Amino acid sequence: MTFWAALTFNFLIPRFMPGDPAATMLRRIQQLTGQAPTPDQIRSVRLFFGGARENLPAQYLHYLNDLVHFRFGLSLSEYPTPVSDLIAQALPWTLLLVGTTTIIAWIVGTALGAYMGWKPGSRFDAIFAPTTTFLHAIPTFWLSLVALWAFAFQLGWFPVSGAYDPDVPYQINNLWFLLSILKYGALPALTLIFIGFNGWLFTMRNVMVTTVSEDYVLLAKAKGLPTWRVLFKYAARNALLPNVTGLALAIGGILGGVLLTEVVFTYPGLGHRLYRATVDHDFPVMQTIFLLITLTVLIANLIADSIYVLLDPRTRDEA
Amino acid sequence: MLNGFLRNSKVRIGLGVFAAFLLLALLGPWFVSAVMHTTPRTIDYDALGQPPSAKHLLGTTLPGSDVLAQVIVGARGSVFVGITSAVLATVIAALVGVPSGFLGGRLDHGLTAFTNLFLTLPSFALTLIIAGYVQGAAWWVIALIIAAFEWPGGARTLRSQTMSLRGRDFTVAMRMLGESKTRLVFAEVMPHMTGIVSAMFLRACVAGVFAEAALSFLGIGTTGSVSWGTIISEAQGQSAILNGLWWWFVPPGLCIALLGTATALVNFGIDEISNPRLSAANRKLMKRFRRAARTAEPEVAR
Repeated sequence: MTFWAALTFNFLIPRFMPGDPAATMLRRIQQLTGQAPTPDQIRSVRLFFGGARENLPAQYLHYLNDLVHFRFGLSLSEYPTPVSDLIAQALPWTLLLVGTTTIIAWIVGTALGAYMGWKPGSRFDAIFAPTTTFLHAIPTFWLSLVALWAFAFQLGWFPVSGAYDPDVPYQINNLWFLLSILKYGALPALTLIFIGFNGWLFTMRNVMVTTVSEDYVLLAKAKGLPTWRVLFKYAARNALLPNVTGLALAIGGILGGVLLTEVVFTYPGLGHRLYRATVDHDFPVMQTIFLLITLTVLIANLIADSIYVLLDPRTRDEA
Repeated sequence: MLNGFLRNSKVRIGLGVFAAFLLLALLGPWFVSAVMHTTPRTIDYDALGQPPSAKHLLGTTLPGSDVLAQVIVGARGSVFVGITSAVLATVIAALVGVPSGFLGGRLDHGLTAFTNLFLTLPSFALTLIIAGYVQGAAWWVIALIIAAFEWPGGARTLRSQTMSLRGRDFTVAMRMLGESKTRLVFAEVMPHMTGIVSAMFLRACVAGVFAEAALSFLGIGTTGSVSWGTIISEAQGQSAILNGLWWWFVPPGLCIALLGTATALVNFGIDEISNPRLSAANRKLMKRFRRAARTAEPEVAR
């Protein structure tokens, strides 16, 4: 049901935008050839896009039919590349960059948060709590700019844009190529981690504070168990719940979430692709990326719900 | 309640900073024209892309405008969009969440499905596309678009809160006495949610400022007017990074971060009051307590 509604949204939103892809294409032809397109050309371009000839419901049925057969069409701005090719090029980069950073940020944030919540009011807590509040409030795209200025331009430690060294052959089994991916990805990744871990830290700390004062934690302490054991096996394990479901949801949001960072670092991921498509009115690409995002969010929701049931026995009774 | 609220130092600091920015947004443009005798677009041909100096406290942009004047005037663009979008988002969230939780039944099903649909939509990407559609719109249109994708989370929280409040003794009692549904909602249920709603509002406010900045940064925000986002965007567009003009793009970002911190502090305060176990207490008090626990007999410790 939600899925169907999302599909329809996907279909409708680009259709209600002004700006005609055919007109854009004609303008492009004019720029390339240096002369106005002939009426014949105009007609064939119109015919090719098909938009004006069919009414909306017919287009809608067409669209659904294409989706069922996994036909995503051809990109308009980079004609005639199939949309699926463009997405396939962009997707691994986003998954690599954002996937790893999300997971690292999650681990760092959760671990630090568990430690902070263990002793609320300790010096560590008193210093870190305000700092992370501030860090959490920094817009990521701005920090990306500052990082780019400081580390790439002033200090020259990192490359300025891109995801890999263009001088190295594009081969996955080439060690230098892999190293260049690491080098080019380091700055965006560090920025994302630096901003990303704070949110996890907060939820973890707050849940931890409430968990630590529970009776079973006191009992574990009274039994004389070593501190680390009480911390990890008794307190943190229970406090982890919201963060685990949060992670599942965050992984769903990965695809849409880093648009700005990718634009700042000109990282060839999905966010950058979507931005370009929006600017160029490239409807097929936009639609497909949207579809992909909605799908992952829905699947992640499903996973989050099932993980919750697995982790917390109390929720099982209701089902 | 309010008294305890204001006694919390985090809340006081947070509200202070927030009020300062609000004042800046209201009086900023007047201040720039009356006291600084300039406008954010005035060009000083003697100082193109100059670092901070006595004449231009925050330096100048590459075309020669005063950065401080831009940041002050930009506060209005950013904060107004943030607050307008937050008001709208909170109102929509209340209109969807409260009836859905209070009345239940088929209405609840419908509204929940509607909320869930909006929750799964990639909000920023959609905002981007729709904002691109109305390119160069007035600031309140941008606020409207941002609000349209900001409300679902709040609606969900309000729904579950309303559901729990609906079953409490005092509501049931008043229903027995024959109070009308409207009065029940407004007199019994709503007052108990002031804390949640105000926290929601503040969070939405910052989210609005963030979204506006992000949109302007991509060149899709309000055109013509100045906001923190447009300053950063112009700085990037005119390669401030390449030329090392850090004073151009650093201040607006810091302002956004400060505003975000302020609202986060207020929200922590609200959290701590509603959930006393969260309060990090006073470090001195904790130490004294621990010392007492160590020396005194077990009863004191527990």
